[in-house]
Amino acid sequence: MKLKVNGKEELVDDGLTILGLLEKKGIKPMLVVVEHNFEVPERENWGNIKLAESDNLEIVKFIGGG
Amino acid sequence: MLDQNQVLRYSRQLILNEFGYEAQEKLLKSKVLVVGAGGLGSPVLYYLAAAGVGTLGVVDFDVVGISNLQRQVLHFTDDLGRKKVDSAEEKLKKVNPDVKIVKYPCRLNIDNIEEIIGEYDVVIDAVDNFPARFLISDCCYFMKKPLIEGASVGFDGILMTIIPGVTPCYRCLYPMPPQDGVVPTCSDTGIMGMITGTIGSLQALEAIKVITGIGETLSGRILTFDGLGLNFREIKWSKKKNCPLCGENPTVKELVEYEIKCKLKTFE
Repeated sequence: MKLKVNGKEELVDDGLTILGLLEKKGIKPMLVVVEHNFEVPERENWGNIKLAESDNLEIVKFIGGG
Repeated sequence: MLDQNQVLRYSRQLILNEFGYEAQEKLLKSKVLVVGAGGLGSPVLYYLAAAGVGTLGVVDFDVVGISNLQRQVLHFTDDLGRKKVDSAEEKLKKVNPDVKIVKYPCRLNIDNIEEIIGEYDVVIDAVDNFPARFLISDCCYFMKKPLIEGASVGFDGILMTIIPGVTPCYRCLYPMPPQDGVVPTCSDTGIMGMITGTIGSLQALEAIKVITGIGETLSGRILTFDGLGLNFREIKWSKKKNCPLCGENPTVKELVEYEIKCKLKTFE
């Protein structure tokens, strides 16, 4: 299926979860927050949320420095 | 009324159609609190002083160290060991003697933050750690103060303009602080000076827009900046229904002070 991740289209396997997507991209879940279809789901649910065709995802790093 | 000197000093912004005389007068009457006089705070303070913000509050407990100088452009080699608020005040007064500087050489905490923030129209978050960011953003929400959130690390930056009751709040993006010690900080992974310079300049721009009402602020959007690929991205952002601070059933109802645990890399 096709997803939009940080503004770019990506092809991924059907049935992938948010957590699965992060793992596939080699992103440590604790370092980011995820916006899924313009909402920020609870971190605890990332493993249960199955992604669907043309979902919109924004993976935003924790940035706190200055 | 602007005097003759002020008309000359601010002439390049007075002749802007979108800015002009009225905006300048608003700016001269405004009071802005800048928390942190480091990598982000330096350009924020410099541009706001130069543009003619009436009163600038500067909060920083720290002294100038040699590793600060690569990005904290208000501080010079001669300032090593000086309090950052003193070093900042000296430079800002030289840029624009009209600006009133109020110094707070302390850390913001549960006991002093409300009194300090209460004095200002707009708050700019230019600190270097998450506990302070959550404290400042919660307090601005409770006190209904506009907050310009900016942060950077490595080659990355992020910017949000938060208007309490109108836009999403900081916790709509980051509901809780990250786990202790897992997120890189400037002192352990590094930072390019131009990144804090970019984000700090944008924070100052957002502040003058909030004060004067010109243009469209970033509210309801998040701007992310990748300096290495040179990409700015805008993320649509909405209020989180179950946000712990501004959601329907908030769990954060008073100020919280998260523990600061610094993970410092030592060079041996």
